[in-house]
Formats: sequence, C-alpha cells, structure tokens
Amino acid sequence: MKKDRKKRLFGVLLIIGSSCLGIGLILYALNSNLDYFLTPSELKQSDENVVLSANTRVKLGGMVKKDSFFIDENKVNFEVTDFEDSIKVIYEGLLPDLFKEGKGIVVLGKYIDGIFYADEVFAKHDENYMPPNLELN
Amino acid sequence: MIKKFFHQFASPKSYFAIANKFGKPVLAFFFLLYIGALVWGLFFTPPDVVQGDSYRIIYMHVPASFMAQILFVVMAITSAVFLIWKLKLAAYVSKSIAPIGAIVTFFALFSGSIWGIPTWGTWWQWDARITSTLILFIMYLGLISLHASFENKDKADKFFSVLVLIGVVNIPVIKKSVDWWSTLHQSASITLTSKPAIDPVMLYPLMFSIVAFIGLIFGLVILSSQNEILKREKYKSWVKNI
Repeated sequence: MKKDRKKRLFGVLLIIGSSCLGIGLILYALNSNLDYFLTPSELKQSDENVVLSANTRVKLGGMVKKDSFFIDENKVNFEVTDFEDSIKVIYEGLLPDLFKEGKGIVVLGKYIDGIFYADEVFAKHDENYMPPNLELN
Repeated sequence: MIKKFFHQFASPKSYFAIANKFGKPVLAFFFLLYIGALVWGLFFTPPDVVQGDSYRIIYMHVPASFMAQILFVVMAITSAVFLIWKLKLAAYVSKSIAPIGAIVTFFALFSGSIWGIPTWGTWWQWDARITSTLILFIMYLGLISLHASFENKDKADKFFSVLVLIGVVNIPVIKKSVDWWSTLHQSASITLTSKPAIDPVMLYPLMFSIVAFIGLIFGLVILSSQNEILKREKYKSWVKNI
C-alpha cells in the first residue's frame, strides 16, 4: 500500500475509533437511564435508595404473575413479577389483546406505598412465533 | 490481473455499462420474488398462536429493518473506499444509497408502528430499539441534506463520507439495543448462534422475503447510482456519447 493511502486508512480508522469511543462513553454514562422499564426488584430497590416522589411516573416491566389476575369494581388487579420480587398493580381501562397471565407486560404509572397505580398497560410479546396447532401437540 | 480487473470495474464508465446491462433485470427479478414472498407469507402460512394474523407484517417489517441497517454498513464501506483510494465511483454509490436508506428506514419504523398497535397497545414508545432506529432515519436525512448543501460536490463527497463513518457506530447499537437494555421490542428471533425461535413454516417465507428484499433494494441502488454517475460526469466525453 502506498504511503498516502496508508495515512488515509489510518485517518478512516481514527474517525471510526473516536466515534466509537464517544458514543461508548455517552452510552456508558446514560446506561441505566436507557432502560425502557424497571423490573419489580429494581423498582423496590430504587424506592429504598432514591426516594421516588409520589408524582414520578415510572415504567414497570416483567411477567404477569400466574393466578394473580382478578377484576374488582371495574379495576383490573394483577401482580408483575421478575421471579425474584413482585409488585401489585391496579389499573382501570382496557387491556391489550396480548395481555395474559405468564406473559410479558409493561405498565406506566405511579408507585405509591408498595402498590403500582397504572395509567397505561402495554403487552410485550416475545421472539417466539409458531402456528397454533403446534402448541397443542 | 486482479488489479487490472478492479481498475476497469472501478471506472464509472465500465461500471455504468455493466449496471446498464444487469440493473433492470436484477430489479425486476427480485421485485417479482418479493411479491412471491409476500403472497406466501400473507396467504399460505398459518397464523401465530399468540398474535394471530397481525404477526404477518413481519414479512415486511423484518426485511425493511434489516436493509435499513445493511445499507448504512454498505455506505460506510464505500465511503471508506472513497476516502482511502479516492475512488469517485465509491462516492457516487455512497451518495445514491442515502435516499433509498431513508425510505427503507421510514418503512421499517412505519411497519413497526402498525405492528405495535394491536400487539403492544401503542404505536410509539421511546425504547432503545425504536429510538436508535429513529436516529438512523434522521442520520440518513442529515446525510442527504449535507450533500445537497455543498456547491462543490467533491467537497460534499468528503464530508458526507466522514459523517457516514461517524454514524456507522449507531448500527451495532441498534443491533444490540434489545440485549443491552430492557426494551418493549422483543429480542431477535433469528441469530447466527442458536436455533431460530420461529417455526419453520414461518421461517422459510421470512428468509425468502429477506433475500428477495435485499436483491430488490440493491437493484434500486444500482439504478440510482447510474443516475448519479450521469449527473456528476455529464461533461465527460463518454457520457455525451450515450
């Protein structure tokens, strides 16, 4: 390779390298803030460490705990679990079609005194796809 | 021998001749193939056990999202080639990829939003995967306007290429976003390391649609790069003789 080409190759690598470093540092600094939701155990921990004001809206994500779902006075009750800890959620409104016990869920709302009051519920589907007849087999 | 072939192919004139011969047939072939893949995916596959029929948008969303990222990587390679070897053809190809990349990325975001409404219950959330793809879309737009804003096109090529190299770092971030952070978006169904999490009856049409879409988009890139060559070399004698 000619000398000037080598120099330009080095320049190209320098651009990519410094961009990597820059973005990497930004992402490292933002790290946990980029998480879309907190898991129940993370939320409980943050409740102890950083005092969440009652008006802070947070996102809680995890699985809908099996046999925890019931409807009481038009309010939907269920528990979100990450298999280490779980948090009781109360929600008034329509549930997405994919809402199911044992499936992934993200709720947006306020966490007050150990109970999560949700304003919005999103279903989080997984990466598995299969036709219905196969599940029966 | 190889060097000679490379030099010949790398001249805009001979590239144009080859592209003129194969560009349109390639585009037509893969276009029909993609239509075939969509028909297969939409009408001849079973519904998903959880999502029902709405999962079928996967046959558009996944190829588009995949190509949105691949096009940027290709653009980074051609930009690096341009910067190192001063190959004008590489700069022309880079520049002609940007608008196609923008459209494909928009389509990926759009189809994802449509998919999000019935499955997640929302069409937009600021999760890491969706946000980083939006950044990709904005980068494509930025590149297009950067190139357009220069009177001196040789200078434009240089700045364009440098910006592509800076921006390409976003691609691994998009790819790994679902693993590094908790996201609403599900993680990858098809990986190089493990068995696909998608049943073969759905996997085959999906692979087929991805391959067809790759061909279709590269066909478009070929045609678009021909256009760029004619525009940029319009004062050269070989263009005048066409």
